[in-house]
Amino acid sequence: MSVPQSNSTTSSVSWFRYASPQAFFPLAGKLARWFGVAAVLFGVAGLYVGFFVAPTDQQQGEVYRVIFIHVPAAWMSMFIYVVMAFWAGLGLAFHTRLSGMMASALAPTGALFTFIALWTGSLWGKPTWGTWWVWDARLTSELILLFLYFGFLALQAAIDDPRRSDKACALLALVGIVNIPIIYFSVKWWNTLHQGASVSFTQAPAMAATMFAGMILMALCFWMYSIAVALTRVRAIVLERERRSDWVLDQVRQANAGVT
Amino acid sequence: MSWASWDAFWAMGGYGLYVWGSYAVTAALLAAELVLVRRRNRVARDNVMRLREARAEGAL
Repeated sequence: MSVPQSNSTTSSVSWFRYASPQAFFPLAGKLARWFGVAAVLFGVAGLYVGFFVAPTDQQQGEVYRVIFIHVPAAWMSMFIYVVMAFWAGLGLAFHTRLSGMMASALAPTGALFTFIALWTGSLWGKPTWGTWWVWDARLTSELILLFLYFGFLALQAAIDDPRRSDKACALLALVGIVNIPIIYFSVKWWNTLHQGASVSFTQAPAMAATMFAGMILMALCFWMYSIAVALTRVRAIVLERERRSDWVLDQVRQANAGVT
Repeated sequence: MSWASWDAFWAMGGYGLYVWGSYAVTAALLAAELVLVRRRNRVARDNVMRLREARAEGAL
């Protein structure tokens, strides 16, 4: 059995078709490849601009170059959580099988970027603030985000039935979303050692244009990477959960042959 | 920005440990995630094939 291919002669693509794991599986494989290529291109450009174009910071010297991964990783840690909660909520509301799988596929990558944001922040904090860690609002709320991701993953591992585990994880993800605005606005609401937002929606960036460009390129790299790795992971999750379905065998043969 | 030498580049103005410590750990973690995700896919595909073989044997 094969999935009906999109018919270019008749009508537009029906996006709802891809809500079924069967149709989504090969599409995810193709998309992951392209997002992976985009991640590499943005990464090479971002590192080049970050290390060879952007000037030395007048106050901090060269250590500021941590910004090119620290800020993008912190953005991704929050953004992935929102997307994960969105899919989890969608699954809760409409009982679509794929939604819970998407949420599950995003959680480890979100946790990873949260850890990277904390790790690079710590390495940046030592020479600039004189300390690896401080319990200020920004750092503490970001640490809570890491624990929310860990909670999501632990809860998922603890419940065997995928449908029940999706429901429980969705509730956790939706409740935990209150933490996202707390992280984002923490530097405004509280007096923090952490500096204010690097990029504001209402003001021009307060840094050199090339520094800003390097940061945006690295953010795009991490974004594309996240999509590529989440799409690859969701394929594994689909196979794990749907392994008894008839359509799976055909797709596995194609994947083994390197087609998707 | 051009560096005086490769030594100057790696030294990062005396902050080499902090800058490269950030980049190295990030690169290692992303690479590790890619390896793990690909392995998870391979294991899932193998399990599907094994399940079919077990079924085929059971049917005989």
